[in-house]
Amino acid sequence: MFLEALFFQLGYNATLVTFGATLLGIAAGVTGSFLFFRKRALVSDAISHATLPGVALAFIVMVTLGFDGRNLPGLLLGSAISAALGLFAVQWLSSRTRLTEDAAIGAVLSVFFGFGIVLLTVIQTMSSGRQAGLEGFLLGSTAGMLYADALLIAGGGALALILVAIFRRPMMMASFDPEFARSSGINLDRTDLIMMGLVMGVTVIGLKIVGLILIVALLIIPPVAARFWSDRADRVVVIAGGLGGLSAWIGASASAVAPNLPTGPIIVLTAFAIFTASMLFAPARGLLISAIHHRNFQRGVHIRQGLVSLAQGQPIYEPMTIRLLRAEGLARADGVPTPDGVARASRVLRDEKRWETARSDPALEMAAARYDGLTQIEDVLTPDQIAELDTRIGGPRGVTP
Amino acid sequence: MSGSEFVPLSLTPLIIGCLAAVACALPGNFLILRRQALIGDAISHVVLPGIVVAFLLTGAISATAMMLGAAVAAVTAVAMIEGIRCFGRIEAGAAMGVVFTAMFAGGVLLLELSDTSGVHLDVEHALYGNLESLIWLDATGWGSLLEIDALKGLPPELFRIAAVVVIIITLLAVFWRPLAISTFDEGFAATLGLPVTVISLGLVIASALAAVAAFDAVGSIIVIAMFICPPAAAHLMTNRLGAQIAWSVGFALASAIVGFVLAGYGPLWIGGTDAVSAAGMIATVSGVILAITAVAGPRRRAVT
Amino acid sequence: MLQLANAENVRAEAQSLRQSPFAIRGLTVSYDQKPAVFSVDATIEPGKLTAIVGPNGAGKSTMLKAALGIIKPLSGQVTHLGRPVADEMHRIAYVPQRASVDWDFPVRVIDVVLMGLFRKTGLLGRLSGADRKHAMACLERVGMTDFASRQIGQLSGGQQQRVFLARALAQDADLYLLDEPFAGVDAATEKAIIAVLKSLRAEGRTVVAVHHDLSTVPDYFDNVLLLNVRKIAEGPVATTFTDENLGAAYGGRLATARIDPAAVAG
Repeated sequence: MFLEALFFQLGYNATLVTFGATLLGIAAGVTGSFLFFRKRALVSDAISHATLPGVALAFIVMVTLGFDGRNLPGLLLGSAISAALGLFAVQWLSSRTRLTEDAAIGAVLSVFFGFGIVLLTVIQTMSSGRQAGLEGFLLGSTAGMLYADALLIAGGGALALILVAIFRRPMMMASFDPEFARSSGINLDRTDLIMMGLVMGVTVIGLKIVGLILIVALLIIPPVAARFWSDRADRVVVIAGGLGGLSAWIGASASAVAPNLPTGPIIVLTAFAIFTASMLFAPARGLLISAIHHRNFQRGVHIRQGLVSLAQGQPIYEPMTIRLLRAEGLARADGVPTPDGVARASRVLRDEKRWETARSDPALEMAAARYDGLTQIEDVLTPDQIAELDTRIGGPRGVTP
Repeated sequence: MSGSEFVPLSLTPLIIGCLAAVACALPGNFLILRRQALIGDAISHVVLPGIVVAFLLTGAISATAMMLGAAVAAVTAVAMIEGIRCFGRIEAGAAMGVVFTAMFAGGVLLLELSDTSGVHLDVEHALYGNLESLIWLDATGWGSLLEIDALKGLPPELFRIAAVVVIIITLLAVFWRPLAISTFDEGFAATLGLPVTVISLGLVIASALAAVAAFDAVGSIIVIAMFICPPAAAHLMTNRLGAQIAWSVGFALASAIVGFVLAGYGPLWIGGTDAVSAAGMIATVSGVILAITAVAGPRRRAVT
Repeated sequence: MLQLANAENVRAEAQSLRQSPFAIRGLTVSYDQKPAVFSVDATIEPGKLTAIVGPNGAGKSTMLKAALGIIKPLSGQVTHLGRPVADEMHRIAYVPQRASVDWDFPVRVIDVVLMGLFRKTGLLGRLSGADRKHAMACLERVGMTDFASRQIGQLSGGQQQRVFLARALAQDADLYLLDEPFAGVDAATEKAIIAVLKSLRAEGRTVVAVHHDLSTVPDYFDNVLLLNVRKIAEGPVATTFTDENLGAAYGGRLATARIDPAAVAG
């Protein structure tokens, strides 16, 4: 059943919903990447919670005017208007008062949500409100979705994706280096507006499927997960889109099989599982690879420092340094170097001396900047340059590494 | 309205609302000053999985298990956020967004999957609470405040939130200076030998206690309004820490009282028949207060 | 050229560790596998004013913070009169960089100075009238008594720096560590601060300051520690603050700057 859902074989409606969710996931992952680069990920939390009063008010207005209150385009229009108001409130509070943006976000999301709940209780007392089903907007639901609604979501997801593709360059520049972007003729305010508009669009489209409380996860988790896979921003954007689409696809399929469970949490937990795997095992910046690098680096530093101390006849204080030197067979437990250690120590000392000389030479400044305490100077300079340094250092020569 | 109606139906929810607002506003002051307002956001979201897991483990809803579950969930969340931030080198806001949405989603799903029909725990309740249900059926009027038997029928949530308020005020009074110093200048506090990590975790745990005690009354999202709005409004009123905290308590009480009254009686005044959500109205009023101070508060402008 | 650890070396080393109020051995700090400070040894002389000098990004502030345990070093040991710094923090006052503090914090100038007395009053202690008097006396030394009740954010950069110094004075320490105390301050404040630092020296205390203005080093300081990720040199200004050492610390930049452009063109 799950496999059938995964491969779009569960009937036209379910297929359309899953397809729409996947497009939405891709659009959210890509849009969220720019927000993440801009360090404003949680602004989306305020935007999404701020949709609730709009949804409720739209329902009330439509019913009062004699229409069907559950009309999805109408509800989404209402949600977009109140989300924009919420975003404006965040911007205003953080620029016009001494409140910081995080306080403004928290205040706006909770107050708008609270007011939305007040309106929901108003709707429950209306004669047509009992079956409004607006609670589905809180945590998302794909059950009983109309064909037109599914089409709207799929179309909206596709549109968001197209807009992202069009505006990706200015958004990338604005999020990487705002000052430079401004100086190269990009209108920052307008780019920010487009970015926030896209975030709002994704939020509004995702309301029905993921729900307003958790839609922010689809904007935040895939970019963060993608960050572990690459150090290049353009690749992070693409990977984030892929991971977002993957989460939404798997999550929506799972939810088609379990129609009684809210869809949002399933999609979010799928995304989180992908995030966890990325954080631990991604080859670019994953924790496992970083831990190995850090350990090797620390060992290298300790050994090198220890060898320098040995070469200069200074005592070694750190137990870890002595332990590592012993393990490498370079020193005895009392800190006295082995013959092997003596040889290595003199080589290290010569290397340090060469670096020192290189640093004071303006011509070698670029190369000297690569000094990190571990790199051998042979890896940076040509044998000729080293020979030149050695003549300046003077002293004993001829020990080959 | 007579005492025979007000005391059983409105007195206890009103008091619980007030206490919840104060319990959250007190630690909220420090969260705001530490630029950690959204830690309050994260904590209030993860209270739900904490409570659900505690319920699944113990099979019953007991105050102690809930408090413990929520505190553990809050500390876990903060540890995960810090882990992602330090080891994954991800900006704090994004790290928070990852952790609290995932934990909240887990809580909701667990709640939906487990059989909680016998107890007072469902998703809607978890989202926006049910202040109105915390009534005192044994009361017959103001006189009941003096009757031992009637007092025994007070809702247990009242004692829980009262105990939390007392604990938080005590902690605040005892650790005032270390808390203030490490909030102002963490590097300096560390050179004084203050355990800055412990202090910051202590604040998280105190906030989690406040959030879980307020959870019954207002649910896990409106709690955020109580953490942030009164202290934020107070911050725009004064330049003294003590005064800011006093203002925040005042604003918290005003939000709770005005919000509760408006929710219960407001619709009647304008010709409606049914009350609206008290928790939602309290959040709305706290937002209105913040809006007023943002426009007219004497210290609303940034100083630099 | 290779000498082994011998008894004499070890004895001399132990002696200098015992006498120095701030001795750093093998301190390495790295961000992301790129060392910010690499294997630095430094022995600060007691009762002297010492400047830590080096180009931007040379790790000066990082070294100070790591030495105090505010950030975690990769390796290294730091001692105060022979005992680990971590156990002797009550003898040390640290003045952080101005930028590291939240100036919007609702706190008055006098409250900031009173923070310096925290060690004395302890975790749960209350402040007495005498404490307040002492804090006012410290403000007096930096010429800031008139501003005691101001909110800290309402002061100018120089005034804020003086308040920080007053807080350090209230700590009554043996060793004062200041991170860029003259950064972004007005001339009057610079004069006031250096006067206070010299009076601390006159009282037999040791002062170490991260400093970025090379032109004032000989006027203000007795000793200098040149740093560029590694220690370049340390010692009295007269013998250490030389063109050769500066060239080594600042790389080609300073050296090139001193070369006559015409000569380069030719």
